[in-house]
Amino acid sequence: MSARSTAYSVGESSTWTKWIAAVLVIGYALVAMIPLVWIGMTGFKSPPDSIAYPPKVFFEPTLEGYVNLFTTRSRQTDEYIESLGPPETWYDELVRERNMVITGPSRFADRYKNSIVIGFGSTFLAVFLGTLAAYGFSRFKVPLKDDLLFFILSTRMMPPIAVAIPIFLMYRELGLSDTALGMILLYTAVNLSLAVWLLKGFVDEIPREYEEAAVVDGYTRFQAFYKVVLPQMRSGIAATAIFCLIFAWNEYAFALLLTSGEAQTAPPFIPIIIGEGGLDWPAVAAGTTVFLLPVVIFTVLLRNQLLRGITFGAIRK
Amino acid sequence: MSGGAMESVADAAARATPKRVAGRLRGLSDRAIAWLFISPTIVLLLAINIFPLLWTVYLSFTNYRANQPGREVKWIGTRNYERLLGSEDVWGYMQATAHFLVWTMVLQVIIGLGLALLINRGFRTSGFWTTVILIPMMLSPAVVGTFWTYLYQPQTGIFSYIINTFVEVGALNMIGSVSLAPWAIVIVDTWMWTPYIMLLCLAGLRSIPPYLYEAAEIDRANALQKFWYITLPRILPFLMLAVLFRGIENFKMFDMVVELTSGGPGSTTELASINLKREAFEKWRTGYASAFAVILFVTVFGLASIYVKALNRVRS
Repeated sequence: MSARSTAYSVGESSTWTKWIAAVLVIGYALVAMIPLVWIGMTGFKSPPDSIAYPPKVFFEPTLEGYVNLFTTRSRQTDEYIESLGPPETWYDELVRERNMVITGPSRFADRYKNSIVIGFGSTFLAVFLGTLAAYGFSRFKVPLKDDLLFFILSTRMMPPIAVAIPIFLMYRELGLSDTALGMILLYTAVNLSLAVWLLKGFVDEIPREYEEAAVVDGYTRFQAFYKVVLPQMRSGIAATAIFCLIFAWNEYAFALLLTSGEAQTAPPFIPIIIGEGGLDWPAVAAGTTVFLLPVVIFTVLLRNQLLRGITFGAIRK
Repeated sequence: MSGGAMESVADAAARATPKRVAGRLRGLSDRAIAWLFISPTIVLLLAINIFPLLWTVYLSFTNYRANQPGREVKWIGTRNYERLLGSEDVWGYMQATAHFLVWTMVLQVIIGLGLALLINRGFRTSGFWTTVILIPMMLSPAVVGTFWTYLYQPQTGIFSYIINTFVEVGALNMIGSVSLAPWAIVIVDTWMWTPYIMLLCLAGLRSIPPYLYEAAEIDRANALQKFWYITLPRILPFLMLAVLFRGIENFKMFDMVVELTSGGPGSTTELASINLKREAFEKWRTGYASAFAVILFVTVFGLASIYVKALNRVRS
């Protein structure tokens, strides 16, 4: 409705109450940002700096964490390292200062790639199917419509582990275990409930008269859908897609239980970095930063649609 | 405009449509399009949600073990359920879940509502700070759990350090201590999800028409009265909806806590979902775990239904 006119509705806020409110809110925001800022900083610390006491706010930044994140290394003797000749690249040099030699790329890049493939694949499918279903539910008389819509929503109430048990058995039979296709289908199914509910809200907001007019002009119902309704849903579809993408990107339980090597995404992998070569916090922090940054950017882009997305379209501002 | 009014417009349009166009409309009937559009979604959900659910219910009456596919599967009736409901350990996991659920909801409602009321004062740059506050809830819970283990390090972690600059309590072993670990997970969840409650409260506050406050001014109501008689009743449905969504999620909580404490120390933070994973994918007691899954699902569904009834009463 008219959000702007009612935004400042709590009486006439005097200047000093506004000041107090501002100080408290900004204070909360700053405190809440400490963990994220700290992780961002830790990614640029050297391993000793990352476990220094007292915690170091000022430090000499290094890219060691990022190099360690993307490579595997082995410890070598000084003689061996000297026999290799001068380091060819800056990251070789960085690693050799710790008596290490880069032996190859780590699996992080593959896991990140899996996250992208599975995220975009499942998002595309969920939004495609969801758009069709949302239009169907919004415009046609469907028998048991409310029951079907509730059924779609209730699939979200299952604990993921409970779903994972039979899916694990099913995928084992079908040969879908640890495949990108299996994960894409699973995330599509989980995201469909969100996509249908959100998109139905967006279709509901488009007046039917547009389609009726198009039909009178000689369009078929189907043409009216993709030439008239679809273009108007564009921003709604974009917002829904981002929500689905973020869910698939963040998902952990299914990825942990149903993938092991081939199709594993980044979330179950990031904790494993800790195990490789002791507590390599800068590498973990670097992985975390690389993984979380896209979501932070999307959140800022999506800020006006957030409310709708997180309530399955129940609240639309 | 209401749906009914829309339909009558559509009917009128259909009646006034010339025959030639009506023919085109018939090309693919509305009913055919409706099913063509909806059925793929229903089929996929049946295959990946409902079929597995039924399978889980079946497995819960058997002694099946997924790591021994060759073994004969025996129907053992309700023995899994009897064992679960009689187990003291299971009660422990349920209590840990309840502690987590109740405290996260209480803290998040208080802080979230407070923040929403402050932001609604509408100071300059409040939009920017609102967006900043919202960031944590969009992040991956598992990755959040992972990096909080770093922040919670007893000697070198920033959490213990900051607390100690205010109160000298010594190194805080948030994850390793039996008394602190249940609070460690509550704190992280509150950090992450308070913005959710805040955002829904803000939506509620913005739905209050200003004339209500103007009328209250005329009646010389004080600030507390205005809050109690106008603000609170109006935002209660929003607040309850927020608690419903978050309550369901926190009842199922798995990823963040697994990465943060993996249920420890001992089983102090072993929430229901975490134990479910142990039984199903570490001990491979598939039948027993399926029974536990069914119990959890029925509990969520039952609690949510009761809650929705209460919510509808508040709304009307």
